[in-house]
Amino acid sequence: MSTDLSVPVFTNQSEEELGGKWGMVIDQDLCTGCQACVAACSMENNIPFVGETDAAYGRSIQWIRIERFWQGSFPEVKMTPYQPMMCQQCHNAPCEPVCPVFASVHSASEDINLQVYNRCVGTRYCANNCPYQVRVFNWRDYADARVRPELVTLQNQLNPDVTVRRRGVMEKCTFCIQRIRHTEDVAKSEGREIRDGEVVPACAQACPADAIIFGRIDDPNSRVSQAGLASRGYHQLEELNLLPRVTYLKGESNNGSNG
Amino acid sequence: MAVTAKSLPQARPHAKGHEDPREQLMFDPKPRGEMNAMVLESMHTATWKFWTLAGVLTVLVLTCFVYAWYYLIVQGLGVAGVNRPVFWGIFLVNTVFWIGISHAGTFISAILRVLKVEARRPFTRAAELMTTFGLVQAGASIFMHMGRVWLAYWLFPYPNERGLWPDFHSPLMWDFLAINTYLLCSTMYLFLPLIPDLAMVRDQSKGPLKIFYRVLSLGFRGTENEWKNLQTAMNIFAFAIIPVMFSVHTIVSWDFAMATRPGWSSTVFGPYFVIGALHSGMAAVAIVLFMIRSTMKNMKYFLRPEHFDFLGKLMLMVSMAWAYFYFNDYLVPWYGGDKWEKLFAEFIEKGPLWYLWYIMLICNIAVPWLTLWNKNWRRTPWLLAIIGFFINVGMWLERYVIIPEGLTINRMPFTWRIYIPAVEIYLTIGTLSLFFLLYLLASRVIPLIPVWEVQEGQKAHMLRKVGKAEIPTLSEME
Repeated sequence: MSTDLSVPVFTNQSEEELGGKWGMVIDQDLCTGCQACVAACSMENNIPFVGETDAAYGRSIQWIRIERFWQGSFPEVKMTPYQPMMCQQCHNAPCEPVCPVFASVHSASEDINLQVYNRCVGTRYCANNCPYQVRVFNWRDYADARVRPELVTLQNQLNPDVTVRRRGVMEKCTFCIQRIRHTEDVAKSEGREIRDGEVVPACAQACPADAIIFGRIDDPNSRVSQAGLASRGYHQLEELNLLPRVTYLKGESNNGSNG
Repeated sequence: MAVTAKSLPQARPHAKGHEDPREQLMFDPKPRGEMNAMVLESMHTATWKFWTLAGVLTVLVLTCFVYAWYYLIVQGLGVAGVNRPVFWGIFLVNTVFWIGISHAGTFISAILRVLKVEARRPFTRAAELMTTFGLVQAGASIFMHMGRVWLAYWLFPYPNERGLWPDFHSPLMWDFLAINTYLLCSTMYLFLPLIPDLAMVRDQSKGPLKIFYRVLSLGFRGTENEWKNLQTAMNIFAFAIIPVMFSVHTIVSWDFAMATRPGWSSTVFGPYFVIGALHSGMAAVAIVLFMIRSTMKNMKYFLRPEHFDFLGKLMLMVSMAWAYFYFNDYLVPWYGGDKWEKLFAEFIEKGPLWYLWYIMLICNIAVPWLTLWNKNWRRTPWLLAIIGFFINVGMWLERYVIIPEGLTINRMPFTWRIYIPAVEIYLTIGTLSLFFLLYLLASRVIPLIPVWEVQEGQKAHMLRKVGKAEIPTLSEME
């Protein structure tokens, strides 16, 4: 019996690195900063309300946030375009190797970073190491109706496809993995491939300006791939080589006229 | 024991102010029984002040450690001040601080033992106890900081039906393993030199206590063979624990150095943290020795100004080394010119918490450099304890500047936020109280002075009459 000695060669580029599977394009010129994506994301993903005190302390849980920066006071306001920020689903994700218990893992089939809530022990190292600061922590039992009686009726609107997180775990944007999975199942039962635009995450669905485009980036003809080719396209913090799956289309700076 | 006599370096009588290299050798030996009785007396006598202090500390531990931690677990981490982007607050500051404190014990008892530095003899035990008790606080602080502490055992690589192992890529995992290794090694290393002393206490005690000490001393009778085995074991441990000690704090520093954060990802962090640990550790030894000396009986014979002098010199040297590394930690980012590193440096120097940085530099550099050069000041125990206190404040602030302030500045300016500690403050007081309470209780149970080591030192260095002159000699006993 001979042993197979064809040991694979390590290269500094993996196949996935070039492709990826799911991706997103955000057009900052179209974004109006209306926060509809934030609300839709909260509803879809069972994101709890943290209450006044904690919200004032900056502990609001949002998987997507609209960042804006401005300079000067009222008439002379210089403003950057709105910047929706959510998990960039990096291929080289810094949050993954730092978790001691494999709670922050990479899904090989979807090429998405996943957070396994039940495995998380709450060391919060992943959040420290995330350069985009898009991970949020459950500082208290925000979703537990036994602790917060005001939630008793609100519990009826929970999405049954998404885990309700308890205290002490980290969470973040999943690209609405439950919708991806659902569409995959439907397509499989009908014996076909997923059509372009069939999977729509909550934020993209709610966006009135259609600033968020989602789809397969391994398909060069998909809408998201085509949009990402625009010369305005860039990645956040490109210098870190994290290979994020979200492409931003640069917007014009507003100088007070429509800020 | 074979004693080969050889002459020690003589102090030149004409060189005024030149230090006598023999002064730490304690050339006034007392009979063995008397010395044993002195140590036993210090263990068994306690004034009302001692018990008052123990009572106060117990109350503090019950409220600030036990109750505050219980409150934290029941309510969730929301009662702490940690928040995005400062996900690690004072908990991690305390962890690094206590691991730093624990380094002095190993340094003094292992490195100085291997190098045969005579001045270490009376205070190896006190320093080694600090290692163990400091690590207890470090471990507690790390567990306090976890979101779901009741699942902390998932960090252990134990076989389970899910087939899940911890991720050995994670610096936190290395940290966890390193601290556990260090705690085990240092506890065993604390115990080995303790055996002859426990046997001594066993011989002097009666009743159920005698049974307790008989079990603890593992039937040590003091035969030549037992001594030989003990020395071999101690030698092995002393050499083995030195790399462990250096690696532990290097690995702790990797928690930060391996992260992609401005102000953290620095290659100098390993040695810089080790030196920082020794800096705070030596200072803590000075505080603890002063406390022992001034509160326990008969300690003035064992802990002399000469020993404080030696400690003061070590503190000064370590402070200088620390300053060098701190300067280096700035030099490289400055030379690299990364914009985030620059921003971080600007933030700690001119940001809203600028004063912490200045207090840190004053405590860590100005205070030791301006005081410890003076021989008389080094020999004043209370003064050395005060300097040690300042150094510890400085080193705690140094970790504060690195961890919460380092986390404040990240690459997403939208999330910048200053950290305001809440329940962490009580837990800090709690860990401090628990440390001192454990120390107080240990001083009742085990001899804080390694009597046999002092006796061995005195036996090895004796004044021999050669003609009319008395020549101090050194034996090859070790």
